[in-house]
Amino acid sequence: MTAPLLDISELHLGVAVGRSVNRPLLKGVSFQIMPGEAYGLVGESGSGKSVTTLAVMGLLKKPLAVSGGEILFKGQNLLELPKREMRRLRGNRIAMIFQEPMTALNPLSTIGRQIAEMFVLHQGKSWDEAQKLAVEALASVRVPNPDRRARNYPHQMSGGLRQRVMIAMALACNPDLLIADEPTTALDVTVQAEVLRLIKELCAERGTAVLFISHDLGVIASICQRVGVMYAGCLVEENETSALFATPRHEYTRGLLGALPRFGSRSLHGRKRLVDIDSIIADRSKLTETRFIASRSAEEGGQP
Amino acid sequence: MLRFTLRRVLQIIPTVVVVALLIFVIFSVVPGTFAASLFADGRRAADPQMIARLNEEFGLNKPLMERFVTYVTDLAQFDLGTSFRTRQPVIDLINDRMWASLQLAIAAMVFALVISVPLGFVAALRPGSVLDTVTMIGAVSGLSMPQFWLGLLMMYLFALQLNWLPSFGYGDGSFRNLILPAVTLGVTPLALLARTTRAGVLDVLNADFIRTAHSKGMSEAKVVRWHVARNALVLIVTTVGLQFGSLIGQAVVIEKLFAWPGIGSLLVDSVASRDIPVVQGTILVIVLWFLVINTAVDLIYAAIDPRIKQE
Ligand SMILES: Nc1ncnc2c1ncn2[C@@H]1O[C@H](COP(=O)(O)OP(=O)(O)OP(=O)(O)O)[C@@H](O)[C@H]1O
Ligand SMILES: [Mg+2]
Repeated sequence: MTAPLLDISELHLGVAVGRSVNRPLLKGVSFQIMPGEAYGLVGESGSGKSVTTLAVMGLLKKPLAVSGGEILFKGQNLLELPKREMRRLRGNRIAMIFQEPMTALNPLSTIGRQIAEMFVLHQGKSWDEAQKLAVEALASVRVPNPDRRARNYPHQMSGGLRQRVMIAMALACNPDLLIADEPTTALDVTVQAEVLRLIKELCAERGTAVLFISHDLGVIASICQRVGVMYAGCLVEENETSALFATPRHEYTRGLLGALPRFGSRSLHGRKRLVDIDSIIADRSKLTETRFIASRSAEEGGQP
Repeated sequence: MLRFTLRRVLQIIPTVVVVALLIFVIFSVVPGTFAASLFADGRRAADPQMIARLNEEFGLNKPLMERFVTYVTDLAQFDLGTSFRTRQPVIDLINDRMWASLQLAIAAMVFALVISVPLGFVAALRPGSVLDTVTMIGAVSGLSMPQFWLGLLMMYLFALQLNWLPSFGYGDGSFRNLILPAVTLGVTPLALLARTTRAGVLDVLNADFIRTAHSKGMSEAKVVRWHVARNALVLIVTTVGLQFGSLIGQAVVIEKLFAWPGIGSLLVDSVASRDIPVVQGTILVIVLWFLVINTAVDLIYAAIDPRIKQE
């Protein structure tokens, strides 16, 4: 069996109040992502998806701090890596796309320049060379007229185009892992589909693993091989996507799927009516006590 | 950019015209005649003969419309009239003072900028640090200190006690004479700019695109140089523009204190002596100064921010 690309184990993270008092936000989250695999993370707002990604990127800001666990990337514990080493990985080997394409780009800088920064930072290119590579990067995310677009400022582009720019930027150095935190939530449905296809195709082409976060189970289903469900700072269920959709085992997952409109299918809990999550979940406080983590070897057909 | 610049510069003209008219109207509707107020000392009535002579000399007894036409045509030829007191052309009086005023304002602003902007940046990058705390306490003290008192203090220390610098006067226009008044005048903008810079930088640091920059694997120094600096500049430029404009007004106290021959003291003196043509001319020049600075600020904005040229 190949070694996981990203191996998060027992990650604890909290708000540091004063010196030692800690309000826990992640209570022992563990999951692995294989090289080239697309892993989805779903869960309600505030369940800790974003802070998990920020912990991986090493971008947690005070008062948030990791209080335990490991984040192994290619066997290296990111939490113990010196700042300089971490910077070398960030953007280069692990890249990230954020939710808001409108504000994620510097308004006073051309997008060509903002992409070019990646090549200057990580590949030691001169600005001239980097600018040319930036145009190529724009072409690779199918931005029309990449030459002209590179000289544009963010305000001259639509949300969909800007998100493409973000993707071009994130994939500029061919990272091993792309973290996408709700990259399509702010886009309208048609643009959303295009951007998703782009991420899917480019990552498959280059063998880039993806950690994909979304509220939208449909999106997750179309992109990810495996899904983890988070609830209140815990990973409560994890399985292969098809298995999870077919037989959700955790109460919260069942609630989530019940609340999903599906064409032509009768939900377990109500005839073709959408179900309110709370009508399924009896007691929210007990939700994190049970966890259903399907073992990887099982779903890989028992091959070691 | 060229068209934008041209348009903004040309926009000054109508504003100046409107202001010139306003000034004329205001001084025309003031009750009483100029001449009477000029000679009144509060104790006895002015000599009617002298009033008549003055009215004759300056054409003050002509109908309002006619005076207005004269005012406008003179103005169009950069003639601001003649001083009631000295009989000198107002434009010459202002000319003599303008350079000293500009020197003082620019020196004060440079002094303020050189210190405040780096301090504000460092304070924002290390919020809560000793330097941050000291800077902010300093800024509050600077803002709350009466300028004339600070001026006196500096005069006492650097001129009288240490004997390093001349205590007052324009001298032969040397740099040494400029230092004390410029530093005194610069303290308020310095304090204000340090605070705005800090607030502006903190604001930018919280922006989403700074998170993006960090996610690219940039060092903090590069994040600041490549992404924070330009964005923070917008707020700094605004503050500099506002402060620069009001420096002339603030300079009145400093000009008096250090016997600095600037526009501000010219205005105050001519108001005190009811030398209306000089008052009118000086106000017009100060307004022009504001307009020029405003335009400069707009042009700098446009150079910094690509979104502005769009509309
Ligand atoms: N800086 C912070 N200080 C204190 N609490 C924080 C901070 N940032 C996040 N949190 C808390 O951490 C929890 C997890 O937040 P997170 O942003 O990871 O949720 P999420 O799953 O990404 O939600 P969403 O789907 O809305 O993006 C939330 O309860 C939030 O209130
Ligand atoms: Mg989130």
